[in-house]
Amino acid sequence: MNEIEKYVKPYDDNFTTMVPTSFVIKMRTCKIWQLFRFIMINIKMLIVVRKSH
Amino acid sequence: MARVVVLGGGVAGHTAATFAADWLGKDHEVVVVTPNSKWNWIPSNIWVGVGQMSKEEVTFELAPVYAKAGITYKQAKAVSLNPEGSTNSDKPFVTIEYTGQGKAGQSEEVTYDYLINATGPKLNFAATPGLGDANGMGEFTVSVCTADHADHAAHEFAKCIEKMKKGERQKFLIGTGHGMCTCQGAAFEYIFNIEHELRKAGVRDMADLQWISNESFLGDFGIGGLHMKRGGYAASSRLFAESLYSERGVKWLIGAHVNKVEKGKVSYELLDGSMGEESFDFAMLIPPFAGVGLKAYDKAGEDITATVFAPNGFMKVDANYNAGAYENWKASDWPRTYQNPTYKNLFAAGIAFAPPHPISKPMTTPNGTQIFPTPPRTGMPSGIIGKAVAHSVCDLIKKGPNAHLHEASMAEMGAACVASAGKGLFDGTAAALTVYPVVPDFEKYPGIGRDLDYTFGEIGLAGHWIKHILHHMFIYKAKLNPGWTLIPE
Repeated sequence: MNEIEKYVKPYDDNFTTMVPTSFVIKMRTCKIWQLFRFIMINIKMLIVVRKSH
Repeated sequence: MARVVVLGGGVAGHTAATFAADWLGKDHEVVVVTPNSKWNWIPSNIWVGVGQMSKEEVTFELAPVYAKAGITYKQAKAVSLNPEGSTNSDKPFVTIEYTGQGKAGQSEEVTYDYLINATGPKLNFAATPGLGDANGMGEFTVSVCTADHADHAAHEFAKCIEKMKKGERQKFLIGTGHGMCTCQGAAFEYIFNIEHELRKAGVRDMADLQWISNESFLGDFGIGGLHMKRGGYAASSRLFAESLYSERGVKWLIGAHVNKVEKGKVSYELLDGSMGEESFDFAMLIPPFAGVGLKAYDKAGEDITATVFAPNGFMKVDANYNAGAYENWKASDWPRTYQNPTYKNLFAAGIAFAPPHPISKPMTTPNGTQIFPTPPRTGMPSGIIGKAVAHSVCDLIKKGPNAHLHEASMAEMGAACVASAGKGLFDGTAAALTVYPVVPDFEKYPGIGRDLDYTFGEIGLAGHWIKHILHHMFIYKAKLNPGWTLIPE
């Protein structure tokens, strides 16, 4: 049972929210994809840090 | 020789003191007055609070670090300021009361040429009956605001897990313990760490998780929310927050002012004026913050606290405190130099400065109760402000009273936040987030107030790795290990 099936109930609070699909959840822990995201997030954060000093 | 006194040894105070000592060298003296003997990397208290880290891993002794830096360290709390001196001397001084170093309870007057107030907040548990009293946290709830609090929370959490393993269902209530709290982000991180640990322990199905906060919408975080690019849209943080809460099966109650805490139960008022109660077996409720209660006196000994400090106890700086209603707020209301307008040798940094107004829109119930988040000042802005203030003070000492003051407006700086859920390198995920600027500038960025190119967030293992790196990097830096000045705030 995925998260949508487990927690989303018709007309409950969470019925009108967006809920990640299995693919999105899988990519969050896919090591190759996350290594790429790690590099990208670090670059973005360094830009924000640089703009803030 | 000039003397710079820094009140507080947290992120802002420690940053200001260490950079001031580095830049001033041995020609001048830097004194740190802090009641704590240890420095605490507060963001990792969340991991302590779920038993994934010991409090020793998030703290270290300050005395050897300050000895290495040539900083005079006084383990004491500041009691009052005399920015004009006294009838006997024109030299300004701060009165301190020792809490350690074998002199607990003793008072001393420490004169200064420049004073940086970085005392951080008073954790105002007493604001909510039952949440605590003037002596601190109460017996019904836990907190992760200090390493000791978090350690206590971890023990209570472990007891709940044991109960669930024996078949006893438990309800977890996490959020804010008053209508005027800040630090929703810490509670947000804590509830998802709790959820993750419950899964790991195999008892998630035995737990009910309930969020309660003073935000008018989920994802406000005390900064009026934020927008991020996603799928060609500028999407509100509300969508992402509600999505995460739904995905993890966490129910939410927002716009809530917790007005009473009893054993196993909180009472609250909502923005629509209705009242309610929520039961719990385990509750972590963040207290509201206030200034530490420093008094100020003029040369004749008259009380001038209202001149130096705002009513909430935070120090007045170069902010516009007369902005009025939300519709009139501007980014330019926020302070740039953190210099006290009355006494030019007084500065404030981090949580100790009085913000001009909240960032989130103020809201009041039909009963007249104010319910809205007060402005957060997280590690990155606190560190940047501490460094800018130290830079200004050093320039004033070295170049004279007309030196240009360094600026660090929260309306022109960003913040990076990483909220983890779990601690393992390949286990759990984290929400990595940056927001630019912290205070929205609706004149520069009409509509959403922020730069969409530099405001972003996503959930994944990558954020987790960043959280680990930040933990080690900032403790390394705070210990003044080789190359510490190269690590940004």
